[in-house]
Amino acid sequence: MRRFSLRTLIAEAFNAHQGWERQWRNPEPKPAYDVIIVGAGGHGLATAFYLASEHGVTNVAVIEKGWLGGGNTGRNTTIIRSNYLYDESAGLYEHAVKLWEGLSQALNYNVMYSQRGVLMLAHNVHDVQSFKRHVYANRLQGIDNEWLTPEQAKAFCPPLNISRDLRYPVLGGALQRRGGVARHDAVAWGYARAADALGVDIIQNCEVTGFRRNASGAVEAVETSRGTIKAKRVGVVAAGHTSVILARAGLRMPLESFPLQALVSEPVKPVFPCVVMSNAVHAYISQSDKGELVIGAGTDQYVSYSQQGGLHVPMHALDAICELFPQFSRMRMLRSWGGIVDVTPDRSPIIGKTAVPGLFVNCGWGTGGFKATPGSGHVFAHTLATGEPHPLNAPFTLDRFRTGRLIDEAAAAAVTH
Amino acid sequence: MAGVNRLPRGGRIDRAKPVSISFNGQTLSGYAGDTVASLLLANGIHLVGRSFKYHRPRGILSHGSDEPNALLSIDRGPGKIDPNNRATVAEARGGLVTASQNHWPSLNFDVGAINDRLSPIFVAGFYYKTFMWPRRFWDRVYEPNIRAAAGLGKSPDGPDADRYGNRHAHCDVLVVGAGPAGLAAALAASEGGKRIILADEQAEFGGSLLHDVTSTVDGTAAQDWAAQAIAMLKARENVTLLTRTTAFGYYNHNHVAMAERITDHLENAPDHLPRERLWQVRAGAVILATGSHERPLVFADNDRPGIMLAESIRAFVNRYAVAPGRRIVIATSGASAYRAAADAHAAGLAVTVVDIRLEADCGPEVAFVRQKGIDVLTSHTVIAATGRKRVTGLIVAPLGSEGRVGARRTLAADCVGMSGGWTPSVHLFSQSRGKLRFDDAIDAFVPGQSVQAERSAGAARGSYDLADCIADGFAAGDPLTARPRLAATPSLTGFQPVRILPTDADATRVRAFVDFQNDVTAKDIGLAVREGFESVEHVKRYTTTGMATDQGKTSNMNALGLMAGIQGKALPAVGTTTFRPPYTPVTFGTLVGPAKNALFDPARITPIHGWAKEHGAEFENVGLWKRAWYFPQGRETMHEAVARECKAVREGVGIFDASTLGKIEVVGPDAAEFMNRIYINAWTKLKPGACRYGLMLKEDGFIMDDGVVARLAEDRFHVTTTTGGAARVLQHMEDYLQTEWPDLRVFLTSITEQYAVIALQGPKAREVIAPLVSDIDLSGEAFPHMTVRTGFICGVPTRLFRVSFTGELGFEINVPSDHGRAVWEAIYERGRAFGITPYGTETMHVLRAERGFIIVGQETDGTVTPDDVGLGGMIAKAKPDFVGKRSLARPDIVAAGRKQLIGLVTDDPSLVLDEGAQIIDDRHRPVPIKALGHVTSSYWSAACGRSIALALVAGGRERMGETLYVTTPDSFAAARVTAPVFFDEKGARVHA
Ligand SMILES: Cc1cc2nc3c(=O)[nH]c(=O)nc-3n(C[C@H](O)[C@H](O)[C@H](O)COP(=O)(O)OP(=O)(O)OC[C@H]3O[C@@H](n4cnc5c(N)ncnc54)[C@H](O)[C@@H]3O)c2cc1C
Repeated sequence: MRRFSLRTLIAEAFNAHQGWERQWRNPEPKPAYDVIIVGAGGHGLATAFYLASEHGVTNVAVIEKGWLGGGNTGRNTTIIRSNYLYDESAGLYEHAVKLWEGLSQALNYNVMYSQRGVLMLAHNVHDVQSFKRHVYANRLQGIDNEWLTPEQAKAFCPPLNISRDLRYPVLGGALQRRGGVARHDAVAWGYARAADALGVDIIQNCEVTGFRRNASGAVEAVETSRGTIKAKRVGVVAAGHTSVILARAGLRMPLESFPLQALVSEPVKPVFPCVVMSNAVHAYISQSDKGELVIGAGTDQYVSYSQQGGLHVPMHALDAICELFPQFSRMRMLRSWGGIVDVTPDRSPIIGKTAVPGLFVNCGWGTGGFKATPGSGHVFAHTLATGEPHPLNAPFTLDRFRTGRLIDEAAAAAVTH
Repeated sequence: MAGVNRLPRGGRIDRAKPVSISFNGQTLSGYAGDTVASLLLANGIHLVGRSFKYHRPRGILSHGSDEPNALLSIDRGPGKIDPNNRATVAEARGGLVTASQNHWPSLNFDVGAINDRLSPIFVAGFYYKTFMWPRRFWDRVYEPNIRAAAGLGKSPDGPDADRYGNRHAHCDVLVVGAGPAGLAAALAASEGGKRIILADEQAEFGGSLLHDVTSTVDGTAAQDWAAQAIAMLKARENVTLLTRTTAFGYYNHNHVAMAERITDHLENAPDHLPRERLWQVRAGAVILATGSHERPLVFADNDRPGIMLAESIRAFVNRYAVAPGRRIVIATSGASAYRAAADAHAAGLAVTVVDIRLEADCGPEVAFVRQKGIDVLTSHTVIAATGRKRVTGLIVAPLGSEGRVGARRTLAADCVGMSGGWTPSVHLFSQSRGKLRFDDAIDAFVPGQSVQAERSAGAARGSYDLADCIADGFAAGDPLTARPRLAATPSLTGFQPVRILPTDADATRVRAFVDFQNDVTAKDIGLAVREGFESVEHVKRYTTTGMATDQGKTSNMNALGLMAGIQGKALPAVGTTTFRPPYTPVTFGTLVGPAKNALFDPARITPIHGWAKEHGAEFENVGLWKRAWYFPQGRETMHEAVARECKAVREGVGIFDASTLGKIEVVGPDAAEFMNRIYINAWTKLKPGACRYGLMLKEDGFIMDDGVVARLAEDRFHVTTTTGGAARVLQHMEDYLQTEWPDLRVFLTSITEQYAVIALQGPKAREVIAPLVSDIDLSGEAFPHMTVRTGFICGVPTRLFRVSFTGELGFEINVPSDHGRAVWEAIYERGRAFGITPYGTETMHVLRAERGFIIVGQETDGTVTPDDVGLGGMIAKAKPDFVGKRSLARPDIVAAGRKQLIGLVTDDPSLVLDEGAQIIDDRHRPVPIKALGHVTSSYWSAACGRSIALALVAGGRERMGETLYVTTPDSFAAARVTAPVFFDEKGARVHA
């Protein structure tokens, strides 16, 4: 792998950039792999990278029905934070944030993790109680999260409207300064390039259509649109389509798939310094390095596998944005889109074994899994390499919906993203 | 004459109405009917902006909504300034203050242009390869600089002074686009009386005919034919005509969203008009007659100001009577540009045509213009443009056999028109989820299989000839009636696809722009493909081509063609990107419409709200409701007011507005059975006239909602829910009733808003209402705690509950909402002698906490079972089933060590803990520390003379008397575990 650096960039400038290599190959599938990962989103690619780099498992294929990074990874609003309530979640997301902090260097790819701070606004007494509960819980967990008064919130985010006359006035906020945003495509590409360099085959335009199992019931191969490919272990990391794929293995997953929409404005000069989330009114906003305001909405209300949601959903998100930031009323929506998110009953992911031997799953990240990408890949790689969960993902079993040991972040705060 | 380059005759401008606008501080004049772009050109101004990345000087590329370059900030008055307006779309009118963007210190001299010098480094995706060291520099140093350099205009910084409207409409046929095809479609569709909406983004209907001064239709000038068609449509009552209206989004079920611009073009807009209006149309059928876009040619420095699309020259000359240059060179690979050449020539401008095609491959167009005396160089390529802030010429060269490039020569030019062929505007079709098909004959994607009730017509489906467009429009508008084909001037169509013009220069150094606004060159696309970005989506994202504010209208096909060429694939094998709404950018305000301020989320208020307001209440938001929070008197703080209100209830009588509580009537022969299945409690034996506190679970076994339920009759229950849970509970009940137990004969009716509920609580409550109530025996024996009676209060029918959420003797008086305030006032009047005190939700919270009553959503958070909060005893064990029962048997739910509700009293009685504070058993442990639980409720209790708190703590009921530590903003506080009841432990007072 040719290293990226300012030096090589300048050298190539004199070479009319003719010397750059492909960032990843486009290989034909081999007949068999040690591990097959289904889905080349950020989570799948990160899993492959850590399998190869930390566990020495390099005979790995990542199989993708479309183009790598073209799923939710390339559609999300990239909010990253780790100030979750329960120790289990906070542990997992904090693991990810720590990896984010060194990811550009680890991958030799600038993923632009920008720790500009994530401010979550409280609009009613219930929010205040809930956010303070988070702040206190995070303090015991050793995770940064501070309570801000409305005035402090305004000082941190000057465009914010803290007028008492708002329909839902800002009563304060919880700020995680180490939170922020990253460049979603770069995350997929950076992992793909680094994994490819370690020998992982990324096979695009190849849809997994089923599984072959041996006499003892264990998975031994995946059926794809490009033929059968053998594998000792298979990890499914297919976000909104996980339930469809696993149904082919006879598994009924506790997942519901919903469209989640987002939009960007036309680009403008820097006006918005941080990330603001308002769960009460369902608005999520930051400004990209290109200058676009990046705005997330709440999920559509109906389950669907269609990536097109209803117009009223982004409209409501904009209602909320213009309520909190009335100066943006004359800005324009440039592009809007949706992705299909996989939602579990307790809004926490499922990372681990399934009832089928050799078949593993990493899903249920719902509306907020981008932030976990490095951590999720890291612990899932451990799970696939050793056959047993890493301590950080041990609580996130599929079995918890049977035992009742839920990790219900939604119940605690109804937070998306 | 307004502007040095205004032509003496012609155009659709109104020369009787001069207008003047300001551009970068300079006052310029033009006429009504001008766009800002045509007005600037009339005044000889081509340099109007700087590009996104390299800050290159940029001019006006197009004459319509596909414009990538000419983006201006426009100030229409205080609170009416916004960035990134396309000069080619903004209509000129008096009072406009416009300014160019993205430069410092000035448009003419821009320091940012240094980026252009550094362009060998700033190639596509360069930022992914660098700025990684030192690690902390990304968000501290590099990123702020990148951010400051990027972006185009500036965001407004004050509130928007304009208003926006919103309208829903239904029609049989929606026709989008009013060019020849759209007009024909609307004419045909509306003939029989069907309801038709015809919408076009331009200020006038007519589409391409607006700048066509030579064609004829059916023997008359094409513009006259259009005018007649429009007049006919206007005369039909079943037709709604919308100009300045862009259909921007095509959603499921033929739901099309459109933005109508209403006042921006008016100098003195009447106050009653909104600036823009959102139309949400549900159409029986949709006809997309959205036309096509011209492709630029890709050659070195093709972005110099003065270089524009060939058709745009035609539009500026014919429609706006503006000479975009005096010496024009048209570079083309197809026939249509010859019309532009002919029209410019006819306007007295010097014109030369350079055609990439072999003479033999050209059609009659060559002879057509040569006979007018226009020079045509066929088989010529364009090597580069000269000039920096304005084009000065084109370097051209003959193409020999096998593409050999011959000797260069320079053609002087002050304006260049380029035409690389045409692309049907399939955006809305693609948004409707229709499948595109590649048509080799016209080198473009065209609509294939439709998915919704929709059809494309005219140029939008690649049918470019004028007579064909009209015929296609008729057929689309009314497929059942054959109409005679109208004769029209044959259009000059056909082109040879060229992805990049052949050159003798080192191709790796040539900067030929593909996406003008985002500064993506052909080289960048080559680099992306070389680096393994093979899919369209990857190239788009890596290079940012097609992601500018024009969303690739001018760049997509060239980018795709280049990719296909480099990869040696056919273009359709490369595919195309998804077209996403909106078609053109839509103002946030238009999407928000009236949903702001009070209408952002309409507030629900109770019949007693006005009274509370008059009596100085502070309100809190609970769901959509405004609830009286506390009633401060004089200069009282919240703390003081609440202490006073609490005392009044405990010692005298308090009055509280409980109208927001959810109320549902469960009625029918199977009502009791239904209740048995929904709630954990048993209902069969509850006697009519009796009440019971009910608890319901979700399927997962966790508490969902609670409330007192009264049985009014064998077959009738009056259920109450929490304020926030009302809608959710009704939905939950309906869900089960309709999907799981459709056999039960039960009806559910929300009666939340039918009844006002007045809670009268305190030892003197009975005395206060006694004289007001008739038909009910209020005595303790006849009307004990937890019963309900119907009768009258103040002559109004009432469902009178004897219940208490405060721990005092109390009543909840349900009266029809219309009488709520009158009854409230009567009780209040009567209560004055007893010191009646209005109290709010905060006091209610304190009083119930003193008694240890839970609030769902505060003591519970969706992870709490009945047993966790000490209510396990309520479960009717004998019932075969109820929602959540199975889950209560799950291993983790029956395991030891679950969090349980307890009371906490701080060692320092004056310290009121934070709600949400975490609880640990050893304050000296290092982080991370596992918490035992958290404080759910915490108040100052006037009755106890100290602070009290409720908490959920692991194994809490085993910890009575233990000292635990609770987080405070900067430390920990010690507190002792108690039972979760602090006042009247036996609960005797309610029976008074
Ligand atoms: C609009 C939106 C906004 C969001 N905002 C945020 C946010 O701000 N912060 C945050 O943390 N998270 C956010 N999320 C959630 C986040 O995007 C996802 O949780 C996360 O990206 C999931 O990553 P992934 O790699 O698992 O999935 P994906 O990137 O979706 O990858 C799954 C891949 O599996 C492939 N696949 C599916 N079926 C098959 C098959 N049969 N065969 C082969 N391949 C298959 C898909 O093509 C896809 O590429 C948002 C999501 C959306 C849609």
